[in-house]
Amino acid sequence: MTNHWIDLKNSDCIMTIGCNPAENHPISFKWIEAAIEKGAKLITIDPRYTRTASKADIYARLRPGTDIAFLGGLINYALQKNLIHTEYVRDYTNASFIVSEGFDFREGMFDHWKEKERSYDTKAWTYAVDGAGKALRDPAMKDPRCVFQLLKRHYSRYDIHTVCKITGTDQDDFSKTAETFCSTGRPGRAGTILYAMGITQSTHGVQNVRAIAMLQMLLGNMGIAGGGVNALRGESNVQGSTDYGLLFHVLPGYLPAPEYKDETLASAIARYFPRSNEPKSANWWQNGGKYMVSLLKAWWGGHATDANGYCFDYLPRRSGNHSYNEIIRKIVQGRMEGLVCMGMNPAVGGPNSGSVREGLGRLKWLVTADLWETETSIFWKRPGANPGGIATEVFMLPAAASMEKEGSISNSGRWVQWRYTAVEPPGAAKSDLWIIDQFHKRLKALYRKAGGIFPAPVVKLSWNYGHGHEPDVHLVAKEINGYFTRSATLKDKDRTVEFKAGDQVPTFAQLQDDGSTASGCWIYCGSYTGKGNMMARRDPADLPDGLGMYPNWAWSWPVNRRILYNRASVNKAGRPFDVKRPVIAWNPLKKKWEGDVPDGGAPPCNDDKGVYPFIMLSEGVGRLYALNIKDGPFPEHYEPVESPIRNVLSKVQNNPCVRIGKNVTCDTNKYPFIGTTYRVTEHWQAGAMTRNLPWLVELVPDMFVEISKSLAVAKDIKNGDRVRVTTERGSIEGYALVTSRMQILIVDGNLVEQVGIPWHFGYAGLATGDSANILTSEAQSPVSGIPEFKAFLCNVEKGGRKI
Amino acid sequence: MGMTRRKFLFGGGAAAAGMAISGKPASARTIEAPGLRIKGLKATTTVCPFCAVGCGMIVHVKDGKVVNIEGDDSSPINKGSLCSKGEALFQVANNERRLQKVMYRAPGSDRWEEKPWDWALDRIAGLMKETRDRTFKTKEIDTKSGKQYTVNRTDGMAILGGAGLDNEECYLLSKFARSIGLVFVEHQARL
Repeated sequence: MTNHWIDLKNSDCIMTIGCNPAENHPISFKWIEAAIEKGAKLITIDPRYTRTASKADIYARLRPGTDIAFLGGLINYALQKNLIHTEYVRDYTNASFIVSEGFDFREGMFDHWKEKERSYDTKAWTYAVDGAGKALRDPAMKDPRCVFQLLKRHYSRYDIHTVCKITGTDQDDFSKTAETFCSTGRPGRAGTILYAMGITQSTHGVQNVRAIAMLQMLLGNMGIAGGGVNALRGESNVQGSTDYGLLFHVLPGYLPAPEYKDETLASAIARYFPRSNEPKSANWWQNGGKYMVSLLKAWWGGHATDANGYCFDYLPRRSGNHSYNEIIRKIVQGRMEGLVCMGMNPAVGGPNSGSVREGLGRLKWLVTADLWETETSIFWKRPGANPGGIATEVFMLPAAASMEKEGSISNSGRWVQWRYTAVEPPGAAKSDLWIIDQFHKRLKALYRKAGGIFPAPVVKLSWNYGHGHEPDVHLVAKEINGYFTRSATLKDKDRTVEFKAGDQVPTFAQLQDDGSTASGCWIYCGSYTGKGNMMARRDPADLPDGLGMYPNWAWSWPVNRRILYNRASVNKAGRPFDVKRPVIAWNPLKKKWEGDVPDGGAPPCNDDKGVYPFIMLSEGVGRLYALNIKDGPFPEHYEPVESPIRNVLSKVQNNPCVRIGKNVTCDTNKYPFIGTTYRVTEHWQAGAMTRNLPWLVELVPDMFVEISKSLAVAKDIKNGDRVRVTTERGSIEGYALVTSRMQILIVDGNLVEQVGIPWHFGYAGLATGDSANILTSEAQSPVSGIPEFKAFLCNVEKGGRKI
Repeated sequence: MGMTRRKFLFGGGAAAAGMAISGKPASARTIEAPGLRIKGLKATTTVCPFCAVGCGMIVHVKDGKVVNIEGDDSSPINKGSLCSKGEALFQVANNERRLQKVMYRAPGSDRWEEKPWDWALDRIAGLMKETRDRTFKTKEIDTKSGKQYTVNRTDGMAILGGAGLDNEECYLLSKFARSIGLVFVEHQARL
């Protein structure tokens, strides 16, 4: 989230799209209700009338996978009715930038499509530049080649009539949504957009999020209290696991994971962290080299020196896509020997899970670490399996639960909270910290004893977490924060500060690229300093402004800033756009910012030393027009890969960058209905953590399939009947839940029914049931790699026997 | 008035409770309110392991067992409230279905065998080393340019996980994985 949970209470208008906070983030609803009590409006956009919808002032039904049409319609509405925050758009976004002739959009395609490579030449979509390479601009935003005019032209095609034809939304509902939400474009009014998997689990997921961000920039809602682009993340520490680089393309702190063409540290740094020729751009990523070197020092310690590029060669180089779908593909093809699952259950959680379960049998070895038996750990004895024919060695390691270990986790609002050990884990169960420590120590011992291939990165890995039974978590946290490896004298504004070897680094502005600092994750620098463990703070006092920032409760990254991009909450003179809810304000007498931690201490824009607010981009301003995004600089509606209709908006059915596999189909004769997956309050993710708990099983004991009353009548299905759902991938059964929450959609004149399925069930646990992901396909976003779980085609029939 | 839920539960309302139960007016020496089962127990704080709101919780322990888990009303985020999953966390702490032993399934077998940690970890480390040594790629040729590059990576092994791990665990997993040359490192955020 750019903002955070409690900040929701500050909003005038809360729009939920592709998420259902009342049911999946229930306690967050406290803050939504707090806003409603003060007069805020709640708008819910969802294929299904959820509990969130039941509390909304406006509910707009949306066909799964058509979010860009909807959001594009809102963008068009804001532009046509001039509801945008003009000063903000002109000063803080690239609206005024001139785009080169390389960009155009015709007949459903952007220019510069390379048919052979099946990709766009994104380099052609650059800004038009002057002799010095600086982007040309038209501050009046009237030049036909400026971003603002190109944006207007692109979204002029998203009129209400066309949008509602695509999304199946009632035109009145759309108009009310547009009018209400776009009223937050006025300075002094705040609109926030909440989103989750409904937005991300799509072949155009990245473009969905882009559309949300663009709308918020047009309305001046980024950086203000009660505003922002707010992802409701689904697991207690998925924010942390992402921050620490447990994805193939990133290292901790979102540093790029090196590719094969990054032959040296210097060339890698030059490629990843470009300079900016805009003097008023902080271009914060230009400091990336310091974070890279500090990480390498944390990983290979004294072995990492300037002479050897800080052991950059020890880092593996990726070539192409190594994402989840690729891993499963290799496993299914028998080209992966071993898999370690630390609290992950791909046999239920990944798409096309029938194929996953079979594929696991081609692994040579599998290690799972979990609190429970899962569908993944017992894949070899799943219903229908022949264990005798499965050669995989499986190790099921018992792991400690959250209250059985000490450490920190990061919530969706970037608040990093420390938690303590209440009891020891039961029996022989151990914390993942202990398990990972054992993996490293035993592997290192083997390489030391027996040699082997390229042992250096293993045996020289810096691993100093005390001599206890398991690593001292405080030592790990301190390494993450960072420390000085030798004494250093640094300038801090107008004074010098002395540090000794071993001193904790106070903040990432003091991380160096000369080997004098080590830091495991630069964005967490400041979380465990010389002053102690900032994440363990429990001061429940809010600031006098009552905005709910609670600056001394736990610690948020970066540098305890609670609202990101808050420099966009003030005008160029440093005065808040919203005087009732100022996030930061420049005090011209004291020459400092007051309020939240400012997004960089530089004075306001107008000052000589002032900088633009979007400090992580090289231009310093927000991108309405995106650079370097594979599937297009502007979001464009295309159909999901399995769709019941032809694309109304253009002749191009799907985004050309999307790879369409052999196991998807648009044959509505076989599969006439739109299928979608969702979650319930009482169960969680792949289900092991809740389907083993009797209290929760009592609340939701069985797998079900939700259909509308009209579909029930058409198929002669009554509530509680066994039904089977079938897609091109497989077939499952469940109890029919017939509700008025699901409704038939009118899509381009066609009546289309929807089927909603919770995906928490599987064959392991106390409560079992079929897994919805047997039905879904691997079709993924070409940028993020996230599968299109939310929109597919299926059939529903009475009778529980699976085909 | 300053009566918080915490104060009330810890006995601020005991006098009233005594009166309601016994029907007699309470005095300091004759309060018959039932004792709170968490009275005098060690309390630690934790954060809910389910969704990412990050609700604060208090855990009460007696004789090494969790006897109560409730919302922490000091937390500005949830102010003591919990949803049904958080409320059920007691059954994660106390559950006979919790894995308590290291289990091993041999190739072709239809059952689990219990194994000691040492045995399992030594075998796992051995398998990791074998797989790494067998599938490690030092160089790779870029098919487009024909040029050879250093890649130093292990293609035959993958790690999936974990959004349920603590930050410090995620960090060590990330560090460990890259040290053995893994590029196939993914988790729930990709789904």
